[in-house]
Amino acid sequence: MDKLIYLGEALTLTNLMLAFCGVAAGIVIGALPGLSATMAVAVLVPFTFAMDPASGLIVLGAIYNGAIYGGSYSAILVNTPGTPSAIATTFDGFPMARRGDGALAVSLATLASVVGGLVGALMLMFLAPPLAQVALAFGPPEYFWLAVFGLTLISALSVGNLLKGMIGACLGLILSMVGVAVIGADVRFTMGSQTLIGGIDIVAGLIGLYCIPVLIDLVATRDPHLKVATNSGFRLAESLAIASRQKFNMVRSAVIGTVVGILPGAGGSVASLVSYAEARRASKTPENFGKGEPGGIIATEAANNATVGGGFIPTLVLGIPGTPPDAVILGALFVQGIKTGPGLFSEQGGIVYTFIFGLLIGTILMLPVGLMVGRYAYKSIIAIPKAALVPTIAFMTVVGSFAIHNNLHDTAVMLALGIVGWVLNRAGYAPSPIVLGLVLGQIAEQGFVQSYLIGNAQGNVLGMFFGRPISLAIVAFAVIALFYPIVSGAISKRRISPTNATVESRSAK
Amino acid sequence: MKSLFRGALLGAGLSLAAVAGIAQEYPSKQVNYIIPFNAGGESDIAARLQQPVFERLTGQNMVIQYMAGAGGAQAWSQLNGMEADGYTVMGTNLPHIILQPMAQDVGYTTDDISNVYFFQYTPDALLVPADSQFQTLEDFVTYATENPGAVTVAGSATNSANHVATVRLNELAGINTTYIPFSGTAPTMTALLGNQVQAAFSYTTAAIQQGDAVRVLAVAADERVPSFPDVPTFGEAGYDMVGGAYRGVGVPSATPEEVRTQISDALDAVNKDPEFIQKMEDGGFVVIDVPYSEVPSFMDERRAEYENVAPLMGIESTN
Repeated sequence: MDKLIYLGEALTLTNLMLAFCGVAAGIVIGALPGLSATMAVAVLVPFTFAMDPASGLIVLGAIYNGAIYGGSYSAILVNTPGTPSAIATTFDGFPMARRGDGALAVSLATLASVVGGLVGALMLMFLAPPLAQVALAFGPPEYFWLAVFGLTLISALSVGNLLKGMIGACLGLILSMVGVAVIGADVRFTMGSQTLIGGIDIVAGLIGLYCIPVLIDLVATRDPHLKVATNSGFRLAESLAIASRQKFNMVRSAVIGTVVGILPGAGGSVASLVSYAEARRASKTPENFGKGEPGGIIATEAANNATVGGGFIPTLVLGIPGTPPDAVILGALFVQGIKTGPGLFSEQGGIVYTFIFGLLIGTILMLPVGLMVGRYAYKSIIAIPKAALVPTIAFMTVVGSFAIHNNLHDTAVMLALGIVGWVLNRAGYAPSPIVLGLVLGQIAEQGFVQSYLIGNAQGNVLGMFFGRPISLAIVAFAVIALFYPIVSGAISKRRISPTNATVESRSAK
Repeated sequence: MKSLFRGALLGAGLSLAAVAGIAQEYPSKQVNYIIPFNAGGESDIAARLQQPVFERLTGQNMVIQYMAGAGGAQAWSQLNGMEADGYTVMGTNLPHIILQPMAQDVGYTTDDISNVYFFQYTPDALLVPADSQFQTLEDFVTYATENPGAVTVAGSATNSANHVATVRLNELAGINTTYIPFSGTAPTMTALLGNQVQAAFSYTTAAIQQGDAVRVLAVAADERVPSFPDVPTFGEAGYDMVGGAYRGVGVPSATPEEVRTQISDALDAVNKDPEFIQKMEDGGFVVIDVPYSEVPSFMDERRAEYENVAPLMGIESTN
């Protein structure tokens, strides 16, 4: 309870104002694809030098939280994840918006983000030192298997079309290899072009593969972008009802998000994909996932906002940034003269706990700010005529892809992938397997090669991959996620009509 | 005669900056400082420490921008196309700008980069977890000699400063360790603290961040680093190894000579600021002063060193 005195310090009027502005600015930045949480934090850092350390940290935490949450807007309303963390939000968010449930989807995303953010921040406050050990228990083999687990989602995302899903994933994996390899420094698939030496940026890929096909279709068809809802408003009561039915999903996803957020190098995209896979597996109606299932949005949004708190665990306990924005914040702390590292919690407890309370306050503020901004965003997306909407979004894709690295190379990559994505879409290849391959390919590859190198040095390559308990647990989850739909389908079929099953098996002979 | 006049003015150094209304005054407007990496890394932190001192000394803003990609190559390959008036400068890093073009075609050559000043380096540091069996560098070398190939050393990326350090120590000590590249300093340190690897080559800056959780066996500096007074240099242990990641500032190639000298002078003044030096040393950086006039000999020296080590790393010169 001694921590509560810091709540008072965090709750000053200035800090509340800062957190409010930070959340609002973060939401807008996060909603614009290409403008990332890292960038938002980096731009803001110089301004925080004029504030006292705790206020500076509060505004940085608020903008970070807001940006991760804001990514869900564009995912739901334009089928383009504003940040990589919101990739899985497009799976169900956009179908919901299409059928006129956009307001409901935004409200659900808001509720889930707030709960996820709170769970992450509370775990940071109470369990940070023991949880930091999780980051250390994860070695290269665990990263490899975690990425493989994420890839198993492809089987779930391409029900009835597994072959095309696999081909898409392979294309994504090849795209993830473009450029100079981290391990070995081999130059791969650049076709002699210097544009591609840096590889294909994930955000450029996201904007291209998700947004450009939507734009082309908007121009090519007469249909309105989103079906206009008959009942307007927040649909908050309905969201609350759904959320309370899904409370177990929400908390499980938030815990997964926190734990994955702790792992440096995994991040919000992996967290939301893994919890999406788990939500689908545990759901009674897995067949609805990908077609506008509210549980899908809840899982991804709870998970990605939980990574904010989770990412701060190694940052503050070990001095190792959990996510790229954490690296910027760590640098800011250093420039301010605060010594980070293992001693931070004990030596600078005042600042740390004021910051965590600030993070909690910022998360709660996301509820009103988010509902308001979200409603406005939804309304304007429906209200703007297509003739104005298309050029606006097209303009944003160019600005966003340029802003990633202040570089036109990424814009070129975005446009090229957009056209390829549209053609593939027409041929029945969904963008998500490609994106999954692109996002997870690097993690899988690095984990695999590192595990192999270490295993080789120890003379035990097989033991490296299959002899570690955490690895085996992840493998088990991956296998369950992969085969559960088939197995559970077979079981329920047999239960319903054992005779039919026998007939089937007989006729199969 | 005119150039002589300019030279005399420059000779007067920064006192010039105080004299108002002279055409050669630099800087007379905001300076854009491009960092070819993401925010939060060593290059960014050092730039952020330079920024306030530069602004205080010159009265002009310094704006830091990021242009990350391909380990810096994306930005460096575009440097010469930028405005060459001295108000766009870019961070440059060694060994990157020497090893990258040596290993492959990255869109620039080492000579394309016009460095005007090198202001600091982060010495290589050999780190082990606090509970490691290796108490000293000698323990490490002895064990590695007895178990060739079995000792795993983590580091950030291939053909990087960490990779160079591992290869050089292998060569100098006659040992064979296995280098495991990670995608950055953060995952490298995570692997080290989690005992996934037995040691890591990183920088003094990273060692400071981890505090008591790691033990520094040796640092690759000329003399002991102020923030690690008890840690020997590799030289003390008998290995002639001084190096790390050097950071400087470059300009587009069309930038006039006198402007380059002016930038160098301005950065030199920052480097002499006691408060700046203190903050840099607290962070584990080693401040060095390599002004524009000394850049060619400094580069030659570094280049010769990396050319020696490159074949050992499997880099075949493309030239």
